[in-house]
Amino acid sequence: MSNLITQNEIVTDDWALVNLPEVDQEVRKQAGKVVLFKLTGENTISAEQIANTQIPATGKTLVPLSVYLARKNEFAPRIAKQEIGIWLATHETLENLTKAEPNLNIFPLIAVYVERFADGRIFSIGNLLRTRYGFNNTLRAFGDVLRDQLFFLKRSGFDSYLIRADRSAEEALQSLKDFSQPYQGAVDDKQPVWRRVNRGQNNVA
Amino acid sequence: MYKYDQIDQQLVDERVAQYRDQVRRYLAGELSEDEFRPLRLQNGLYIQRHAPMLRIAVPYGMLSSRQLHKLADIATQYDRGYGHFSTRQNLQLNWPKLEDTPDILAELATVEMHAIQTSGNCIRNITTDQFAGVAPDEIIDPRAMAEVMRQWSTFHPEFALLPRKFKIAVSGTKQDRAIVQAHDIGMEFYRDAENKVAIKVWVGGGLGRTPILGTVIREHLEWQHALTYCEAIIRVYNLHGRRDNAYKARIKILAKALGIDEFRKQVEAEWLHLKDSPNTITEAELARVAQHFEAFDYASLPAHDASFDAAITSNAAFAAWAKRSVHPHKTSGYRAVTLSLKPHGKAPGDATSEQMHVIADLAAQYSFGELRVSHEQNLILADVKLSNLFAVWEKARAHGLATPNIGLLTDIICCPGGDFCSLANAKSIPIAQAIQMQFDNLDYLHDIGDIELNISGCMNACGHHHVGHIGILGVDKDGSEWYQVSIGGKQGNDASLATVIGPSFSAEEMPGVVQKLIEVYLKERSDEERFIDTVRRIGVAPFKAHVYATTAPKSEAAHV
Repeated sequence: MSNLITQNEIVTDDWALVNLPEVDQEVRKQAGKVVLFKLTGENTISAEQIANTQIPATGKTLVPLSVYLARKNEFAPRIAKQEIGIWLATHETLENLTKAEPNLNIFPLIAVYVERFADGRIFSIGNLLRTRYGFNNTLRAFGDVLRDQLFFLKRSGFDSYLIRADRSAEEALQSLKDFSQPYQGAVDDKQPVWRRVNRGQNNVA
Repeated sequence: MYKYDQIDQQLVDERVAQYRDQVRRYLAGELSEDEFRPLRLQNGLYIQRHAPMLRIAVPYGMLSSRQLHKLADIATQYDRGYGHFSTRQNLQLNWPKLEDTPDILAELATVEMHAIQTSGNCIRNITTDQFAGVAPDEIIDPRAMAEVMRQWSTFHPEFALLPRKFKIAVSGTKQDRAIVQAHDIGMEFYRDAENKVAIKVWVGGGLGRTPILGTVIREHLEWQHALTYCEAIIRVYNLHGRRDNAYKARIKILAKALGIDEFRKQVEAEWLHLKDSPNTITEAELARVAQHFEAFDYASLPAHDASFDAAITSNAAFAAWAKRSVHPHKTSGYRAVTLSLKPHGKAPGDATSEQMHVIADLAAQYSFGELRVSHEQNLILADVKLSNLFAVWEKARAHGLATPNIGLLTDIICCPGGDFCSLANAKSIPIAQAIQMQFDNLDYLHDIGDIELNISGCMNACGHHHVGHIGILGVDKDGSEWYQVSIGGKQGNDASLATVIGPSFSAEEMPGVVQKLIEVYLKERSDEERFIDTVRRIGVAPFKAHVYATTAPKSEAAHV
């Protein structure tokens, strides 16, 4: 059974996710504790990793942002066929991408990888992709994606969620409907509640 | 005060359902401890030493009689018959059962209350002046804007999981009483040269492990842009605040690391995109909310009341109470009253269910059915007629709510400390109690005069020890509890952070140490000088000399 929700439905994932080759990373510590989050803008990927990343020759392929930027020419013919998507992690920044590709809508899919549930950078990234950089196609969250983020992800511009493998996507669907009338304007509905409905003086419950 | 419409009500009802299901999943083993933690925290539920602690939101400190009656009933039914008012103007229950918390929230929802975002790495309860709307030095009543901001920050999707907690305070008075400089964002409302409402925006203040007073990021912001400007600030923080080390994750660290000029540049660049977006506040929306905070239908009263004047003359105890507990009011013939939750020898900020019922009745009878919580952990009746003050005092006194110590040494701000809190390094309540008993002489207290003594059980600084005229911090040394003393901190427009006077003391030494500090003040003070003024004039050295000359710390004595 698929664990992918897109547009409020469980669908089959027809994208092949390409990962960077694994490298040994030393365990970093801060104040005696293992560092769980990478800093925004931190460069964690080597040229060697990028060069060694194997890309499937055909089919819908989800490529790491760093690989796409470094090897852009390779992908041009397949971009035209609408079969290249990109993914980035929450500590990566969007500036290099938007410099290289002013029109993000050449990608049918952009995915954002959130390593840990508590990493709320994913919401700002979604917001920026939608509102600042005009991305209109599928925006997916994957990684430590659990049902209790979904409402916030939806409001931040995401419309596709790959629920963590050990959890039920069926149950997660429920959480997209947690709140029926949120207060503030956000990506999915830019109007705050006071512009959305009449909260006139006679509306007291 | 603000009354829910069906949209507000539906939202808290849906929250109860969502939380109930989260608890169900946790108890069924479908959520791990680590996964449940951020969820329960965003609903104010801590797992503490003895039991969970539930922190209930009291938005900007406003409560109705009906709500306080309900809180009293909840404390009786689900807890041990008391609650603790916190320095963020919230109410904490120390002994609820995890399994009961969804029912408690359902009860709260029936009186338009909740525990949303009272903890966790999100935008917390927005705080303000406990005298908002009635203070004579008020320029702008900040409560309508506080409510607009409360709604905007509730489940803000982009800021649901920030690097760390985020605290906002708003103030609209000449004399700041909301400590805007000690908040992640402080908003100071004023009237600009064109007599329009504007905001001076402070950023990057905070107490805790690294106490820093805020910096002005914008001198002048039109009120319509309050939300979008906050979005710009918090977006920069959300993307660039440190998540790799919890101790360096507050916005103050980011603002310091970048420098205020660079931080401001990034915020302004972000705001260019957000300015005038739909979250820009409209006149109509502010007016809709503000109608809930319109002045009451006050009686037309003379400035003096003969019965009040007579009672002051004839009853010394009442006069002593009135001197400390009664505050000026915008409207002739009315006063604001602080009910002390600091009787000597009890845990500061605690109120029993019985006391809560009494206070709720007092508010209903004498103060338009509303009351406020102060960040000094007392309760306020904001709109009492002069002629009713004596009756209020008699009833309050009969229930231990009229200790005439407001603003005096025993009106101690104190966190729950090591008796309850699992973060604490040391107990704080017994220290407060011991100091209260040491100074259990009202004449002496009144002679010492205005002074603020703040106690925190750990460097997280819930007891605001950095801005106490005397600050006490519980520290752990090799597994035993010690207390570090600082002086010279102050809240308000001329806020300052306190200076540590020297090596720490044991719990038993603490009342004596405070006594020594007071002795220096009494000896050195000039006319009309408060403790803080004397400290600022003569510096820390004379205090230090006196305290350490006669009280050799035990930690050092052991090495002699």
